[in-house]
Amino acid sequence: MSMHAAATMTGARGRRGARRGTARGIRSAALTIGAIAVAALALVPFVRWALVDARWTGTAHDCRAEGVGACWAFVGHKLPFILFGLYPASERWRPALATIVIIALVIATMLPIFWRRHLVMAWIVALGVFLWLMGGGGPLGRVATQDWGGLPVTIMLTVVGLGMGLPIGVLLALGRRSQLMLPRLTATAIVEIVRGVPLVAVLYLSVLVVPLALSTGVAIDKLLLAQAGVAVFAGAYLAEAVRGGLQMVPAQRMDSARALGLTWSQSMRLVVLPEALRIVIPAFISIAVGFFQDTSLIVIIGLFDLLNTARLAAQDPAWLGFHTEAYVFVGVVYFLGSALVSRYGSWLEGRMATSRRRA
Amino acid sequence: MRARWNARVLGQALALGIVAAALWWLGRNTRTNLEQRGLSLGFDFLANPANFDIGDTGGLPFRSENSFARAILVGLVNTARVAAAGCVLSIVVGFVLGVLRLSHNRALRGVVRSAVELMRNTPLLLLLLFLAATLHAMPSPRNALQPLPGVFLSDRGLALPLFDRPHLVGFNFVGGMVLSPEFAALLGALVMHHAAHVSEIVRGAILGVPRAQIDAAVALGLSRGKAFRFVVIPQALRAMVPLLATACVSLTKNSSLAVAIGFPDVVSVLNTTANQTGHSIETMLIMIGVYLTLSLVVAAFMNRYNARLLRTGT
Repeated sequence: MSMHAAATMTGARGRRGARRGTARGIRSAALTIGAIAVAALALVPFVRWALVDARWTGTAHDCRAEGVGACWAFVGHKLPFILFGLYPASERWRPALATIVIIALVIATMLPIFWRRHLVMAWIVALGVFLWLMGGGGPLGRVATQDWGGLPVTIMLTVVGLGMGLPIGVLLALGRRSQLMLPRLTATAIVEIVRGVPLVAVLYLSVLVVPLALSTGVAIDKLLLAQAGVAVFAGAYLAEAVRGGLQMVPAQRMDSARALGLTWSQSMRLVVLPEALRIVIPAFISIAVGFFQDTSLIVIIGLFDLLNTARLAAQDPAWLGFHTEAYVFVGVVYFLGSALVSRYGSWLEGRMATSRRRA
Repeated sequence: MRARWNARVLGQALALGIVAAALWWLGRNTRTNLEQRGLSLGFDFLANPANFDIGDTGGLPFRSENSFARAILVGLVNTARVAAAGCVLSIVVGFVLGVLRLSHNRALRGVVRSAVELMRNTPLLLLLLFLAATLHAMPSPRNALQPLPGVFLSDRGLALPLFDRPHLVGFNFVGGMVLSPEFAALLGALVMHHAAHVSEIVRGAILGVPRAQIDAAVALGLSRGKAFRFVVIPQALRAMVPLLATACVSLTKNSSLAVAIGFPDVVSVLNTTANQTGHSIETMLIMIGVYLTLSLVVAAFMNRYNARLLRTGT
C-alpha cells in the first residue's frame, strides 16, 4: 500500500469518524434528556407531595383537605410511638438515652483511632447500661420486654446480633476447617442449614420449637429468643466470611508461629485470626448492613421493631390513609443507616488497600 | 506421638459425650413439654381436615375440609409461582439495569444508580408492606386505575391483558390474568429488590471481561454494539450464571415474607398448620426440608454446570 493510499484512507476514516461522533453526540444528548425526564417524572410529583403540598401540623381532618400532599403532622403526632413503641410515656427518656449510647459507640467503633483493647470493655459496659436503662432495676422502674419497641429494639437486635454473631461465626468457621470429624460435621451442618432456610424459618424455629426443647416449665422471653435466633443467623453468614478470610491467610503463618513454640490456640488467637479478621472487615460491613435491614423480619413473630411500630401507627383508625408517610419516614431512617455504613465500608476498604500497599 | 493421638481421641470422645448429653436433655424436655400439651410426634395429622380457607390457591382447588397435606401443597405451588415469576422478571429487569449502569451517558448511569441504591438501602419487608397497603387502598374495580391500556389496578389486585382484555363483570374483573393484591405486592417487591441485586451481578460480570477483548473485537472490525453482544456478553454470562442461581435461591427464600401480608405461601400455610395443630416441630421440619431441598438441587445443578464449563470451556 502506497503512502498516498494510506493517507487517503486515514482521511476518509477521520471524516466518517467525525460524522459518527456527531451522531453519537446527538444520541448521547437524547439519552441525557430522556434520563433526566424519567428522573423528573418520578421526583417532581414526589417533591410536590413530600414538601410543597405537605402539611406539617394539624389534625387528620386538616390533612384530608383537598390538595394536601404528605401529612407529616401524622408522623409528628405518632413519632414517640414509632420511635419507642409501647414504652411508658413518662419514661421515654430511657430508650432515647439507651439508643444514643449505642449509636455513639457504633460511631466510635467505626473510627480506626479507637481500635484498642478498651473498645471491647466499652461495649460490655454500654450493653449493660442499655439493658439497665431499657429494663430498669435499682432506682429505675421495671419495664417488661413486651413493652420495648421501635428504634432501640431494631438497634439492639442488630448490634447484639452481630456482636454475638461474630464469635459464633469464628467458632463455626474454625469448626468447619477442623481436622476432627465431630466439630467439622456439626459446624458444617449448622452453617448449611441456617444459610439454606429463610430468616423467617429461623425466627419461627426459635420462638416455637426452641422453648419446647429448653424450657422446664418457665416461659422464656420472646425477645430473647428472637435475639438468639438472629444472632445464630448472623453467625452462620459471618462464618462463611471468616472461613474465606482464614483461607486467605498463608499456611506458613501458622507453621512459623508453631515453629516459634506457640501452641495451636496461641498461634490461632495471636497470629492467624487477627490477620483473617482484618481481611474480613469489608465483608463484615456489608453483611452488617443487610442484617440491619433483615432485623425488620421480627414483625412476623409479633415483636415491635421500628418497622412494626410504623405499620401499627398507620393502622390507627383516627389516622387511616397515611401509611405512605409512615413507611417513607422509617424508610429514610433505614436508608440513612444503611447508606452511611456502606459508604464507610468502601472508605475503610480503600484505606486498608493503601496501607497494605505501603507495608 | 502415640500419647498425643490418645489425647485427641479422648478429647473427641468427651466432646461427643457432652453433645449426646445435651441432646438427651433437650429431647427429654421436649417430650415432657409435648406430653403436657397432650401431643405426640408424628406426621399423621397431615391427613386431618385443615379447617381453614386459603384465599389465593393459584388454580388448585382447595376447600377447608381438604387435608393439611393438600393445604401445604397449595402453599408450595404458591411459593413456586411467585418464585418462578420473580426469578424471570428480576433477571430481565436486573439485566437491563446492569447494562444501563455501564452506559457512557452520565445522566442515565446516575438515574439507574440512584434507583439501585434506593432499593439496596431499604428493607425488602418495608417495600412489601408499603406495596400491600397501597394496593389495598386502591379504588374498587368499578373505579379501577388504568396505568396502561388494558391494565387495571384496584383493591382486588392487578388485572393484566393475557389472551384477552380483562373486563368488569359485576364487582370484579374477568378475563386476562388477574393477580390477587397480595400476589402482586409480593411479586412487585421481590422483583424490585432483587433486580437491584441482579444489576450489580450483571455489572460486575461485564466489568470482569478483560478490556482487551473489546479492543480485539473492534480491531477485527466489529462495531462496539456487536463486540458487546457477541464477545462481552457471552463471556460475562458464564461468570453470571452461578451468581444468578444464588440470587434466585435467595429470592425464593425471601418469598417467605409473604406471611407478613397474608399471602398463603408454603411458610404461611405451615405456620397456620402449626398454630392449629400444635405440631410445630413437624411443620418446622417440613419447612426446613423444603428449603434445604431447593438449595441442594440448585447446588447440584450448579456443580454440573461448572463441571461442563471445565470440560468444554464454553
